[in-house]
Amino acid sequence: MLFVFMLATFVGFQVIQNVSRLLHTPLMSLTNAISAIAVVGSILIAGEQESGLTTLLGTIAVAASMTNIVSGFLITDRMLKMFREKQK
Amino acid sequence: MNEHLIQLSYFAAAVLFILSLRWLSHPRTARRGVAAGVGGMAAAIVGTLIAPEIVDYKWIAVALVAGTVAGIPLSRVALTAVPQRTALSHAFGGLAAGLVGTAKYIMWRQQTQLTTFRTSAIALEVILGFLTFTGSLMAAGKLQEIVPTRPITYRNQNLVNLALLALAVAAAGYLAFVDHGYWPAYAALVALSLAFGVLLIIPIGGADMPTVISLLNSYAGLSAVAMGFVLQNKLLIIAGALDGSSGLILSVIMCRAMNRSFTNVLFGAFGQVQAAVAAGEARTVKSATAQDCADIMTHADRVVIVPGYGMAVAQAQHRVHELYDQLTRRGVEVRFAIHPVAGRMPGHMNVLLAEAEIPYEALVEMDDINPDMPQTDVCLVVGANDVVNPAARHDKSSPIFGMPIIDADKARTVIAIKRSMNPGFAGIENELYYDDRTLMAFGDAKQVIGDIVKAVSGEGGGH
Repeated sequence: MLFVFMLATFVGFQVIQNVSRLLHTPLMSLTNAISAIAVVGSILIAGEQESGLTTLLGTIAVAASMTNIVSGFLITDRMLKMFREKQK
Repeated sequence: MNEHLIQLSYFAAAVLFILSLRWLSHPRTARRGVAAGVGGMAAAIVGTLIAPEIVDYKWIAVALVAGTVAGIPLSRVALTAVPQRTALSHAFGGLAAGLVGTAKYIMWRQQTQLTTFRTSAIALEVILGFLTFTGSLMAAGKLQEIVPTRPITYRNQNLVNLALLALAVAAAGYLAFVDHGYWPAYAALVALSLAFGVLLIIPIGGADMPTVISLLNSYAGLSAVAMGFVLQNKLLIIAGALDGSSGLILSVIMCRAMNRSFTNVLFGAFGQVQAAVAAGEARTVKSATAQDCADIMTHADRVVIVPGYGMAVAQAQHRVHELYDQLTRRGVEVRFAIHPVAGRMPGHMNVLLAEAEIPYEALVEMDDINPDMPQTDVCLVVGANDVVNPAARHDKSSPIFGMPIIDADKARTVIAIKRSMNPGFAGIENELYYDDRTLMAFGDAKQVIGDIVKAVSGEGGGH
């Protein structure tokens, strides 16, 4: 697991260093949406029906993550659409 | 069978996330990156929904719908408000991590399945999650100006903060090594993390927000990683690590751009720049009318515009675009010099100018434009201040000494648009304004640039 973490961090550094500074704001909103992968853990908690309390906590977590997924991807795309090249 | 399918979907998601970030490297492929991200997320969600542990879908469905309903308006905010939205989404990310950690703690405590490893991982997830939650809420509040934006400082602030963190770590240690199930320690852990997040952000002023947002971005990613360790889920670890490393890279870039060390930021010692006492002597500035500015710029070959957050506050970016169009049509080369910390989050200024339909080729980073400044005829400063203050280069007593700046003072003529002679954010006098080659155009940036555009287009020629 630690190995996976270290490898992913390494890949992250390699890939993100190549992102143009021009796009750092969209980068942040995109990684935001990607880290809403927490939805996976939240769905498991909400769906296991272990107890009323854990289901409630899981449900709130799913809603919070889903908000990030929807707003993160949509706003990234909205911003990227604005970057245009010089018209010739 | 299902197990293989789940692993396959997680693998696809991880690959798509990496591709997504890779495609973001250039504006031409960037939108493909968003599509890859959406695909990856869809694969991950579908893969999770078929997991055998899930016995009931009712609440999941409710939450997915609620999140979608909340997310759509949040993606439609004005671009000046993107930093607040970003901070808010870090808060949601932190909240999700904190809640999942807590739910897992409750489950395993009831089943007496807590181990040292599980408890430590949960403690890490909960500390990071909840401190990101309240810290980001505070940051969003400051950006939205609901919470006072000025730094709130008191004596021994760092000591108090570190003591809180130490107590939280002590509670985590007790849970992990002495008594896994001792719930008062768990409750203390949650409370301390929530409080720590608030106190961490209180001393931070507006000018430091780009650094803080990047740092919270990194914490939000790391809390997802910690969740991955708790749930033994590789996809969570990978996606969280991508977010964490992105936040870390951005934080480092922001720190360098402000000449702050990384430890300085990590220990929450930021925002303590003391306002320098003004020299007191009355120095004279040269002021210029819109007509003067128009004359100078139409006769120039090369113009560099230095935008700051003040431009966005005055909503002047569309006027700036008109000026760009008018001058470009007359054969003047116009470029924009973007300082890394201009705006309220990394890259914010680029987005604001892109929205105003300025082609991205005209947006040039500080390090790339500085060598051209001595050959620049006119440098127009709009709503920027500290990032063009030459004191950063030579005045050791200045609070911003050592900060990399855009060499506006090396241009043949500088035109600075300013509301008044009041010093900027950090409260530092800017000697650029008193330079012989500097002309001051006083007034609201939108108004002044509008007048310049009128004067330029009134000068005949063009179309």
